Amino acid sequence: MIDLFQAIGHKTLSRFASLGRATQMLFGALLRLPNFRKGPALLVRQLYMVGHQSLLIIMVSGLFIGMVLALQGYTVLVGYGAEDSLGPLVALSLLRELGPVVTALLFAGRAGSALTAEIGLMKATEQLSSLEMMAIDPLRRVISPRFWAGFISMPILALIFSAVAILGAHLVGVDWLGVDAGSFWSIMQSQVSFEKDILNGMIKSFVFALIVTWIALYKGYDCIPTSEGISKATTETVVHSSLAVLGFDFLLTAVMFSG
Amino acid sequence: MNTRNIEILVGLFVALGVAAFAVLALKVANTGISGNGETYTLNAKFENIGSLKTRAPIKVGGVVIGRVEGISIHPQEFVPVVSMSIDASYECQFSDTTSVSILTSGILGEQYLGISPVIASDSAKQTCLGNEVTGDSDTELEALFGVESKALKNGDLITDTKSALVLEELIGQFLFNQGSE
Repeated sequence: MIDLFQAIGHKTLSRFASLGRATQMLFGALLRLPNFRKGPALLVRQLYMVGHQSLLIIMVSGLFIGMVLALQGYTVLVGYGAEDSLGPLVALSLLRELGPVVTALLFAGRAGSALTAEIGLMKATEQLSSLEMMAIDPLRRVISPRFWAGFISMPILALIFSAVAILGAHLVGVDWLGVDAGSFWSIMQSQVSFEKDILNGMIKSFVFALIVTWIALYKGYDCIPTSEGISKATTETVVHSSLAVLGFDFLLTAVMFSG
Repeated sequence: MNTRNIEILVGLFVALGVAAFAVLALKVANTGISGNGETYTLNAKFENIGSLKTRAPIKVGGVVIGRVEGISIHPQEFVPVVSMSIDASYECQFSDTTSVSILTSGILGEQYLGISPVIASDSAKQTCLGNEVTGDSDTELEALFGVESKALKNGDLITDTKSALVLEELIGQFLFNQGSE
């Protein structure tokens, strides 16, 4: 019995400790003076690795999700003679939900796991310790540019995702199924508001970017420096950040769109 | 891969992001009502607003000139009062005999407010805008008939309204008429 309490207590305390280390790492990476001479170059390199390299999967998924949404929406709406509402259906579901959420999930799988594995291997091969030996702060040199790259890339990717998906929906809805192009765009424009839908969607994806990048970097930085530890950390990155994204999505939706 | 290529590809990535933002902002979202966004407010009292929502469009002959700003209950009469924000360029253009009705676009469409405008007389426009009224034939004609219409300005209340059609009421009326035959 005592053992059980002890185990629960130990587990709880180590969770808190882990959260504390994660916060310490984040603030350590963000609050240090930026590296003025090398910083921009490092950031651009990470933007390439994290953002540009994710572009293809984001655009292809966006295209197909948009096409599927249009196809599914059309078959339901046409039963009510309301297929003209396909535009707002697709645009609102993409801008409010699917754009930020699916981008975050794909981003966690594509870029988050890569970040964790890279930093985990740096730790396992003692590159991080070597940096410290050379009086180079690994938080500033390794973590900070990766964090900012993720934080900047993901909202951009979400915007691209939504735009491509709407074009995909147009492709299926208008060019294939024969929804009127004029009403597709005009009803969409009358229903979608810039502040309420697009900006709220962007706020969502900034929050998700923070969550996913933070979890990915922390899992790598805190992993057990063995090959098994890295594989565990990579899996945890994808699982934890997906769950966190879905949980926060519910909270954000409740705050933003329930009123 | 050298630094220059990476820079170019990242630039491409960011440019794509900006382009996507522009597409979403300009092509997908409505950029508010027409004009520079200056509006004035009119109120209208209804018996029943059906399922009219805030931000529903206000149309004159199908052209959107404003949006529903808020819906509240009149504190004494307990009827819904709809406040409408309308493009400021239409201030003092409508006479107070203008009527407002709640209409539906399509069978399953959203409800919107349709304004059937009565154009205010020149003298009423001038009074509304706060200018001196110069005597002209218009005023005399109205004086002759003993009516005096005013132009609608910010904060005015429109009383000539038609409520939303409620299906149950329609059916009730229909049955009532059938029964009386």
